Amino acid sequence: MFISIFGAIEAGVIYAIMALGVYLSFRVLDFPDLTVDGSFVTGAAVAAIAITHDVSTVLATMLALITGFIAGSVTGLLNTKGKINPLLSGILMMTALYSINLRIMGQSNIPLLNQSTVFTRLSDIWSGLGIDTTLNQGLSAIGASSLPRTWSILIVMLVVTLVIKFITDYYLKTEVGLALRAAGDNEKMIRSFSANTDHLKIMGLGLSNGLVALSGALYAQYVGFADLNMGVGMIVVGLASVIIGESIIGTKSIMRTTFAVILGAILYRIVIALALRSTFLDANDTKLITSVLVILALVIPKLISTHKESKRKRRKRIALQQRAKGEV
Amino acid sequence: MLEVNDISLTFNEGTPDEKQALQDINLKLSKGDFVTVIGSNGAGKSTLMNIISGALLPDVGDVQINQKKVTMMPEYKRSQYIGRVFQDPMAGTSPTMTIEENLALAYSRDKKRSLRPGVNKKRRDFFKSALNSLHLGLEDRLSAKVGLLSGGERQALSLLMATFTNPDILLLDEHTAALDPSRAELITNLTREIVEETQLTTLMITHNMQQALDLGNRLIMMDKGQIILDIAGEEKLTLTIEKLLHEFQRIRGEQLGDDRAILG
Repeated sequence: MFISIFGAIEAGVIYAIMALGVYLSFRVLDFPDLTVDGSFVTGAAVAAIAITHDVSTVLATMLALITGFIAGSVTGLLNTKGKINPLLSGILMMTALYSINLRIMGQSNIPLLNQSTVFTRLSDIWSGLGIDTTLNQGLSAIGASSLPRTWSILIVMLVVTLVIKFITDYYLKTEVGLALRAAGDNEKMIRSFSANTDHLKIMGLGLSNGLVALSGALYAQYVGFADLNMGVGMIVVGLASVIIGESIIGTKSIMRTTFAVILGAILYRIVIALALRSTFLDANDTKLITSVLVILALVIPKLISTHKESKRKRRKRIALQQRAKGEV
Repeated sequence: MLEVNDISLTFNEGTPDEKQALQDINLKLSKGDFVTVIGSNGAGKSTLMNIISGALLPDVGDVQINQKKVTMMPEYKRSQYIGRVFQDPMAGTSPTMTIEENLALAYSRDKKRSLRPGVNKKRRDFFKSALNSLHLGLEDRLSAKVGLLSGGERQALSLLMATFTNPDILLLDEHTAALDPSRAELITNLTREIVEETQLTTLMITHNMQQALDLGNRLIMMDKGQIILDIAGEEKLTLTIEKLLHEFQRIRGEQLGDDRAILG
């Protein structure tokens, strides 16, 4: 139990980077960008190919980010210069990327098990620090029976994800970032303040898919392979993270929302892990569970607020009736 | 300051829906001119404004701002010279962003946007003093989201955003028409104050004849894509609604058809 949740949190923190990318396109730019399904795999494919060709792991991961940026920019170009509807631009790019990813990989699956990845390099450095022993001692002291092999992935990925979060927060408050947000909010207005909305959208989608590809690259190294189909339904996972996070934490400020998105990604993995432990669901049901989760996260908050509202009104009416009776 | 030379524009040319929106429009605004534009629906007022702002490109003719030809310059580039306020109070601001963030967007109009924070201490002070001039207490709500403001407040903010960087030209497209009478009066007064103080070269479309008479130093009337009347200076001061209607009848040989334009 503990180990499976621990694994879910690890994967969740890596997925959170993808979710931040989806937040940029879906919320900030108001652009439902389906490129994500393709660019996640592109990131994994580029990193896997680079690593198996003995490129340094960090460089391979950065290459993935850049490739993702290019893929997103093309979607932006299709939409702004080609005047193709946002949804269709994303679908076209996602479809094209399927073939491109296969070209990059040369085969539909690249194992990375015996390769050195960012995580194997990390654990080499990490094991010398003795943090694992300390943390695991603490855990066994409170009665945990099975202990995680290493804390390095969780802690370092958490730091990386938070750094990306803070950079995103800062970026969205810069002059360019403000213009980007306005481009998603009120395009006509920001054009009247001399901002090129086409460039902003292309850049925004590029950044978004850059993060998605980075997440894909890290995920491939985490699970030890890149697979052509690992991105199927990724956009819904991203949306699930954004929506679950937002409905729990709220969207009062940018900092709060990006935090919500990260937490949403982790929660999503935990819920999936718990659901899969039940006897009647198996790994093939993951997509169904994901969709149900998104639907619940969208519907429940609305139901709660309608219920609260009607309760408030009923209270008011009753109070009024009672006052009327008292006066008569 | 602003020159519009021989502009013509036809919509849907060669189809049964063909409409000549503008015919050989010539208009010259000197620095500090405040011109009000009236005319019935479909007269071409908004089309003219969209050609000046670059939202539409003319078939023939050219537009010059500060002796610089901008006819084919894309809208977003041209808007560094032009401040605009739209009729819809929702159109001029970004609802999910705060008041200070909206002002920061407007502040970057004539500058290159960089990766520095859009709002800093110095700018915040500047924004506060600018908001002060609206007398709406918005200076105490810098971090409130603009979507929470009322239509009048949003339009006042739009007006401030359009003007506080001193653009070469200010375009007002019926910017009081969607507000209730008291809010409309507030925005009208603010417009008068701001234009007087900043001496911006202004072109204002209005459906309200009284407003067109009260504001500005020059009035033009448009009909069927042409400028049919252009009154400035002393003559404008003595102008009345009756005289305007009479003039229209004299030129066009028919009554001004649109009740909204008459009663406005």
